[in-house]
Amino acid sequence: MSLSLFLVQVFNGLQYGLILFLIASGLTLIFGIMGIINLAHGAFYMLGAYVAFGIAQSSGSLVLAVLGAVATMAALGFVIERVLIGRLYNRNHLDQVLITFGLILVFDEAQRIIWGSDVHSVAIPPALSSSFQVSDIMAFSYYRIFVTVVCAVLAVTMALVIQKTKLGMWIRAGASNREMVSSLGVDINMLFALVFAAGAALTGFAGAISVPLTSVSPGMGDAIIIISFVVVVIGGVGSIKGAFFGALLIGLADTFGRVLLPQFSSFLVYAIMAGVLLWRPQGLFARA
Amino acid sequence: MTAAPEVLVAGKGLHTYYGYSHVLHGVDFSVRAGETVCLMGRNGMGKTTLLRTLLGHVRARRGTVHVRGEDMTQARTSRIIRKGIAYVPEGRGIFANLTVREHLVMAARPGFDGRNEWTIERVLASFPRLSERLTSQGTNLSGGEQQMLAIGRALLTNPDLLILDEATEGLAPLIRQQIWFVVHDIKETGIATIIVDKNVDVLLDLSDRATIMVKGEIVYDGDCDTLRHSPDILNTHVGI
Repeated sequence: MSLSLFLVQVFNGLQYGLILFLIASGLTLIFGIMGIINLAHGAFYMLGAYVAFGIAQSSGSLVLAVLGAVATMAALGFVIERVLIGRLYNRNHLDQVLITFGLILVFDEAQRIIWGSDVHSVAIPPALSSSFQVSDIMAFSYYRIFVTVVCAVLAVTMALVIQKTKLGMWIRAGASNREMVSSLGVDINMLFALVFAAGAALTGFAGAISVPLTSVSPGMGDAIIIISFVVVVIGGVGSIKGAFFGALLIGLADTFGRVLLPQFSSFLVYAIMAGVLLWRPQGLFARA
Repeated sequence: MTAAPEVLVAGKGLHTYYGYSHVLHGVDFSVRAGETVCLMGRNGMGKTTLLRTLLGHVRARRGTVHVRGEDMTQARTSRIIRKGIAYVPEGRGIFANLTVREHLVMAARPGFDGRNEWTIERVLASFPRLSERLTSQGTNLSGGEQQMLAIGRALLTNPDLLILDEATEGLAPLIRQQIWFVVHDIKETGIATIIVDKNVDVLLDLSDRATIMVKGEIVYDGDCDTLRHSPDILNTHVGI
């Protein structure tokens, strides 16, 4: 493998990993803090992509499309938490899995009704459509660089909010003792609804910003939810840091797997998960 | 004649259930601004349930809760708390995954009337022990340190009423003394308190008014002196 090919793959792996992180971070937060297993998280990714596709189709602006998708998913996440998920905190995981699985069916069907079963794509905006030439045959797409930078900025922002702000402390405290957080005058129900909405918005953003890189297709959420759970399990449930390193590990492994061991690539990420779990059954960064 | 201080919290005719078990049987209980009230009684008599009902953690099936004159019977806990109440629960409610400093930072806010008397510096001055442990995780603290942190965190909300459930339970005598010392200081600053504890003598010395609960009912509500000279009441209902 030449150096330039290696570099391009590292870069692609990081970019994929960062997208995975945006999705997995919401999943791990919602599970770690609120104790909710949200199978519909992948459907949020799919919906984010479709909403962005829809807006891009009619307006021609990808920026508008991404913003619209984020706003839509935040609002949808908020409503779903208030109407459905908020009733599940004291229920067992089976009830949660059933209702969030039901949501997948509803969203998949809604998607088919609104946008049909065809595969769609959206062009990269002209300003970012060229590439940075690494060698004669290798190039970094500017759009991929842009996506990577935006995702990295979001990841850092999220870490700062969780670690350094009062809001982040409330969220973390809510994971260990909800009732005490409300005893300090924090509206914990509203706080959890906002966390859920933020998770849905981040995932919707990941879906929307990926639209020019991948195609928009039915079932795209189902594939991403499985890989996102792999990331969460590898990183340690509830750990944002774990989701970050887990996502990068899986992003790189998957990218290199496709290049070096194409016949094993779909199996590789699960082999890594099995290896990590044998070594650390709680995941890499499990909370004590 | 001066008007009596404002009633901060008042429960009237409270009936609270846990599932089928009827815990509170028509409790009337209130606290005025600046008043120190102790709540005594054996285990399982409903003291904690009364406090949790007043704070909206459990709903009374019958009866009303008023906070500063406003009907809060159905209000969310956070709304009740934001009317100037701070709660140190039994077991202390320390967050396992937050440091001592984070406990204090997350709780700090101005009081109901905008007062900002209690700052992190002042809390650390009252509990010097905490300033040595600022970066420790909550669960790595001793029981005494946890209770100091729980009280310090409560004070940082600049409350007008501090509710202390099992203020010194499970603490070493020396630590207990420190806690009582601080509670006394808090009383001096004019903050009203509801205190639940097993140390009857300390409670009677500290409080302006004493209440005793038996099987979900208030059986005594009056001054501390009368109670001090009625060992029969104490013997029957509190057990010393």
